Amino acid sequence: MTTDATPQYLAIEFTLNGNRVDADVAPQTAAIDLLRGTFALTGTKRSCDMQVCGACTILVDGTPISSCTVPAFELRGRIVTTIEGLATDGTPHPLQESFVQNASLQCGFCTPGMLLTAKSLLDANPHPTEAEILDHMQGNLCRCTGYKKILEAIVEVAEASG
Amino acid sequence: MTERAMRTVGTSVPRQDAREKVAGRAVFTGDIAVPGMAYAKLVPSPMPHAIIKSIDVSRARAMPGVYAVLTGDDLTNMETRYGSDKKDRPIVAIDKVRFEGEPVAVVAAVDEATAEAAADLVDVDYEPLPVVMDLVGALEPGAEPIHDSNLCHEYHYEWGDVDKALAEADRVFEDTFTFPMVYHYAMEPHTCIASFEGDRLRTWTSAQHPFLVRAELSRIFHLPLNQVQVVVPYVGGGFGSKSYTKIEPLVMALSREAGRPVRLSLSVEEAFRTVRRHAGRATIRTGVMNDGTFVARDCLVYVDTGGYTDNGVRVTERVGDRIPGPYKWDNLRVQTYGVFTNSTPAGSYRSIGGPQAGWACESQTDIIAAGLGIDPVDLRLKNLVRAGDEVRRGSRPLEGDLAPGIERVLDDFGWRSYTPQHPSPLVKRGIGFACSLTNSGASPTSTALARLNADGSANVYFGTAEMGQGSRSVMAQIAAEELRMPLDLIRVFASDTDVVPYDRSTGSSRSTTLMGLAVHDAAIEVRQQVLDLAAEHFETFPDQLIAEDGQVSFKGESVSYGALVREMFGGSGGELMGRGYVTPNHPAGKLRENPVFWEVSIGAAEVEVDEGTGAVRILRYVSAADPGKAINPKQVEGQDEGAAMQAMGHTLFEEMLYEDGQLLNPNLVDYRVPTFADLPPVFDTILIENGDGPGPYGAKGVGEGGIVAVAPAVANAIYNATGVRIRELPLTPERVWRAISETRGS
Repeated sequence: MTTDATPQYLAIEFTLNGNRVDADVAPQTAAIDLLRGTFALTGTKRSCDMQVCGACTILVDGTPISSCTVPAFELRGRIVTTIEGLATDGTPHPLQESFVQNASLQCGFCTPGMLLTAKSLLDANPHPTEAEILDHMQGNLCRCTGYKKILEAIVEVAEASG
Repeated sequence: MTERAMRTVGTSVPRQDAREKVAGRAVFTGDIAVPGMAYAKLVPSPMPHAIIKSIDVSRARAMPGVYAVLTGDDLTNMETRYGSDKKDRPIVAIDKVRFEGEPVAVVAAVDEATAEAAADLVDVDYEPLPVVMDLVGALEPGAEPIHDSNLCHEYHYEWGDVDKALAEADRVFEDTFTFPMVYHYAMEPHTCIASFEGDRLRTWTSAQHPFLVRAELSRIFHLPLNQVQVVVPYVGGGFGSKSYTKIEPLVMALSREAGRPVRLSLSVEEAFRTVRRHAGRATIRTGVMNDGTFVARDCLVYVDTGGYTDNGVRVTERVGDRIPGPYKWDNLRVQTYGVFTNSTPAGSYRSIGGPQAGWACESQTDIIAAGLGIDPVDLRLKNLVRAGDEVRRGSRPLEGDLAPGIERVLDDFGWRSYTPQHPSPLVKRGIGFACSLTNSGASPTSTALARLNADGSANVYFGTAEMGQGSRSVMAQIAAEELRMPLDLIRVFASDTDVVPYDRSTGSSRSTTLMGLAVHDAAIEVRQQVLDLAAEHFETFPDQLIAEDGQVSFKGESVSYGALVREMFGGSGGELMGRGYVTPNHPAGKLRENPVFWEVSIGAAEVEVDEGTGAVRILRYVSAADPGKAINPKQVEGQDEGAAMQAMGHTLFEEMLYEDGQLLNPNLVDYRVPTFADLPPVFDTILIENGDGPGPYGAKGVGEGGIVAVAPAVANAIYNATGVRIRELPLTPERVWRAISETRGS
């Protein structure tokens, strides 16, 4: 749009919340804009826009990444999970239920990223210590809760899992 | 007859918005797309203080995809300035810029990338002016005036004979404390979509005070209130940063220029240049007797309101009001000055003026205790105001004693039996305490509407913006309780000025107390109508009936609310409506005095200080909040924990740094906020519930108090651990290390 040259688009295909999808993306398009724009998945939030706050966290092949600073074309061939894909057939993930029951959210702007980062921990390590949880979650900021009730929700799920 | 047990008030039911929020379905302003909307980008001033000699927008306007470029010259046929107390803020800079980042122009284009590229093509010619950054120097003769003068507001009050009392005191302590500029970092930066439609204005915006935004837009564009619609979707954190009016007039003026709806979503860097907390400097002289009795205080405070007033008038007053703390003074003199500097305008931030005053006063309380050789808690208990005392002359007397709450914190903390376990000779532990009392600035102006449908479900309408505090749950719980209905049959709807009745604002810890009362009254009005209908139905008197669970029963028979509504309207539809008006003359009779309630802050901290590096860790923090009655206890805890954690930020590391008027750290890498790693291993909140507030069920406001006690409690703990007193925030490793080195060296 800003130059006379026709923008170059890349055709990509990836798995988004369990479905095969394809998209044409410009090289400079960030993953967050593809998800929020083309796919209208607005649960992924933009805040710091520099990979510090974790509000834009998505899972790529199970690993939490900041979608604000990753080019959309890097999603090619990957398995991508956004907050909209965390529940299974309408049944909330245990972390979602635990956040609801433990008052672990207030404004909710950090919550999608928080949940996905916590899921990536529990998938890899179902019974983390409190120190491991704190360490893993450091890249997700919350300005409302003071973190305590988020920690409690994650601990509860970790303790309840078999 | 035994008192009816409450069903939902007092229980920690999940938030009304919790399921939407964990599913990623909750809609924030930035998630909304209005058909045909353009995207805006600001042209910020790189100069902190300068005359605008000329602006050339021709290249930007000529760019394909650009709809409009707005500058100060385009603000015709409208009011050009806005502000809550002083209308000194131009909608976009006019003739002059007063802080780095002030918008001098704004571009609307087909997409954000185009708007950004066009913004770069706006050429502005500036003539630099001397930069004024020093809080006290700004008021000295010869300082470059930012406005007509650099004094935004001054506030004085006095009682007793301060000079005489200070002269007669056994000891006089004089200390100066400084408090940094800090940024709210609500995770959702300010976002607004505005649509100028001739005689009709519509906006979707991340605002805390939808009705004040409506009034401001109505005034600016010369339209009646009913032609201005302000919709506030979920707000991604406020903490005061979205109070009053921020970017809405700018986006509306740009929409008028562009002839289509316009969306502006600030970046964090831009939000840093939109609003912040007032920095402050307080010099306090306190006269005491050798037995610890406080006899006089004389205090001079400067607060830095930046380039424009924003909420500087109220902050200047409130910081002064909070200087007495929770102590009894026979002689008191307070002088506060709000000062303009060339920096981001300062506005409301959680407990306006509270942390600045609390930091100074409660640090000094411990300095006095050390000077007199008295236990710092005993010194406080000796001088506390008591229930029924006026904290400030002419103010509402204190509802209840602080001492029992203080004792609960001390017990939970293990204060009196504490012996420090120093990990090593270089790593020391210590404890500190602080408490404060803040006068809520809540205005008693709220209304609510309750509607009972023909199927027995209900809708409740109110103006409170949901920014995380949990107002929707609390209002639903109050409505369910007073309608005598199951909670899941209540649906709340909030913060759309075309639909909900008037509310003054969402702030000052006011909503549970004041909007809660309006919802309470609206629900009771509906219940009364239900009982009247049931009395006709059962051919008896209303006082013979019992309403519960959406049914009215009489002598073993019952009828549903829905059936009563249908019976009244003679068909399958219809509804009952109830209203709640909260005014200073509310029949409960408790809202006339100022403040509407006092908010307490009580905190005890244990810290660990590494004398080799200056690093401070908070090992334990115990806080007390006094909600009067906790409608939803877990939400109250969450408010207090969140407030305390925010305070740990300004206590340990948060500070906006300027050099020659240039903001050096407007991003989350260089401006660090607390993370999970900063969560104290022990972090408790105690709820004090004496049912003595003016709100429903004796509730009163919380959410702000928890931010006040942290900084002084931590500094007092550092002193307890190391013997070193620090009078400046934040307590960064460098500052702590230097203070320790200087003390040890001397």
